[in-house]
Amino acid sequence: MPAISRDEVAHLARLARLAVTAEELDVFAGQLDDILQAVARVGEVAADDIPPTSHAVPLTNVFREDVVRPGLSQQQALSGAPRAEDGRFRVPRILGEE
Amino acid sequence: MTATAELMDFADVVERFDPVLGLEVHVELSTATKMFCGCANAFGAEPNTQVCPTCLGLPGSLPVVNGTAVESAIRIGLALNCEIAQWCRFARKNYFYPDMPKNFQTSQYDEPIAVNGHLDVVLEDGAVFRVGIERAHMEEDTGKSLHVGGATGRIRGAEHSLLDYNRAGVPLIEIVTKPIVGAGERAPEVARAYVTALRDLLRALRVSDVRMDQGSLRCDANVSLMPTGSTEFGTRTETKNVNSLRSVERAVRYEMCRQAAVLAAGEKIVQETRHFDEATGSTSPGRRKETAEDYRYFPEPDLVPIAPSREWVEQLRTTLPELPWERRKRAQEQWGLSDAELRDLVNAGALELVAETVEAGAAPGEARSWWVSYLAQQANTRGVELADLPITPEQVARVVTLVAEGTLTNKLARQVVDGVLDGEGGPDEVVEKRGLKVVSDDSALLAAVDEALAANPDVAEKIRGGKVAAAGAIVGAVMKATKGQADAKRVRELILERCAQ
Repeated sequence: MPAISRDEVAHLARLARLAVTAEELDVFAGQLDDILQAVARVGEVAADDIPPTSHAVPLTNVFREDVVRPGLSQQQALSGAPRAEDGRFRVPRILGEE
Repeated sequence: MTATAELMDFADVVERFDPVLGLEVHVELSTATKMFCGCANAFGAEPNTQVCPTCLGLPGSLPVVNGTAVESAIRIGLALNCEIAQWCRFARKNYFYPDMPKNFQTSQYDEPIAVNGHLDVVLEDGAVFRVGIERAHMEEDTGKSLHVGGATGRIRGAEHSLLDYNRAGVPLIEIVTKPIVGAGERAPEVARAYVTALRDLLRALRVSDVRMDQGSLRCDANVSLMPTGSTEFGTRTETKNVNSLRSVERAVRYEMCRQAAVLAAGEKIVQETRHFDEATGSTSPGRRKETAEDYRYFPEPDLVPIAPSREWVEQLRTTLPELPWERRKRAQEQWGLSDAELRDLVNAGALELVAETVEAGAAPGEARSWWVSYLAQQANTRGVELADLPITPEQVARVVTLVAEGTLTNKLARQVVDGVLDGEGGPDEVVEKRGLKVVSDDSALLAAVDEALAANPDVAEKIRGGKVAAAGAIVGAVMKATKGQADAKRVRELILERCAQ
């Protein structure tokens, strides 16, 4: 199994909005490679008759009734926001200069 | 970026190229609550008043699926002749964008609830075009952003943005067509007819209020061109912000003409998201999209799979409404319409609206008259579809009832409807606020009659002398004094009574 490349780590870091230094790229590439190899061992015992499992609990169709339940007030909702304006969450510029 | 890109003449485009369309329609379900939490799903509330820890993505909160939304999704799938999945899961679509406070959207990825269907679309000349349906999947809507500081209210150039999460988590069904090929010069018309047919179907299913103006029905149009006779698809663009049926047609047509000019100049189409501008009818480049891989989809661990039993699916199949054309035939018989009247009704997009108005208690003739004449004019003046007028069939039925009861005259009724359209509230509220009730209180009318008689003593004398026809002038004066809110017949009776004394 090929090692995860520095470029791939850099790409993931960008998608996750993480600032990663050049040295860290090497460190994380190594660590992620270890993790991937550990997970890959599961694949070795997987057989065609075993479906991929995403949920440990054998439950399906857990539904809620379509009935309104009280939520938060506007004030409560905004109480944790760094900045708010006109009852809305205020966020910094979304698109940078391109 | 210039708005006036080079365009090829449409006739040349269809001679040299075959268009391929792909339409993605997002429909907000009209459930009482959101997809994964019990917050109210209602349009127009004060910002951030329909939110809770789950839809705000606060740590420790957990989603639970709205059963009614799943039911609606299955019914939509069945109505589109799709196969319903035996087993499917939700997936996380990861991205950083403030419209989703969780930093992921709960959606479905490779296991949509409905796949492989079709919708037969009737074109203007009666021809039927079959549009293949690739999939319909469940997801949640995002919050609403208000971009501040930009010249156009668009994200580009904005200094900061304001977020309202009332819409975040509202149940959304995304319906994706298979590539639509072979439409040729009729591609723009097919696109419009498809969205129209889908809207009519969704309305008949009563799963959404399908208001394009309010965003409960939204269309993204993928367009590409390939040289005539080719079978290999060209590079596509995806046009967003297409907010009316007319815009669907215009956006497809514009992209065809723009892409043809680019290709004819020997250049390549850039695969990108484009933004439709209602005012100019043109498209311009939007934000760059991450690829599907970049979204790092994975099965949602907090929601268990959905496995609709076949019994449930078949039971839901029995709840499907009539097909729209069967519906039309039945309406024609029930309401005794001529072919021409039916055509007018359908062309005005008023059939279901009239049906709902009748169901809400109005006489068919009255209901039809309101929708195809006065309301159709209002829709036309405002440049919106009839169904997008801010008045409901129930409200129209209420106006009809008020007229039938004698509370309103036809003239007053139109003022009430104007008030509803202007957002002043429901019919009763408008009657109250504008003081539009017919004055049927005799004492109030008598005061006005006496006043008019006193102001016109010579006319009064003529009436007393037996010239009954002269009463018309007094009736006119009373109507004027009561701002048209009196019943003219009753006024006349009162005048004659007064003068006979």
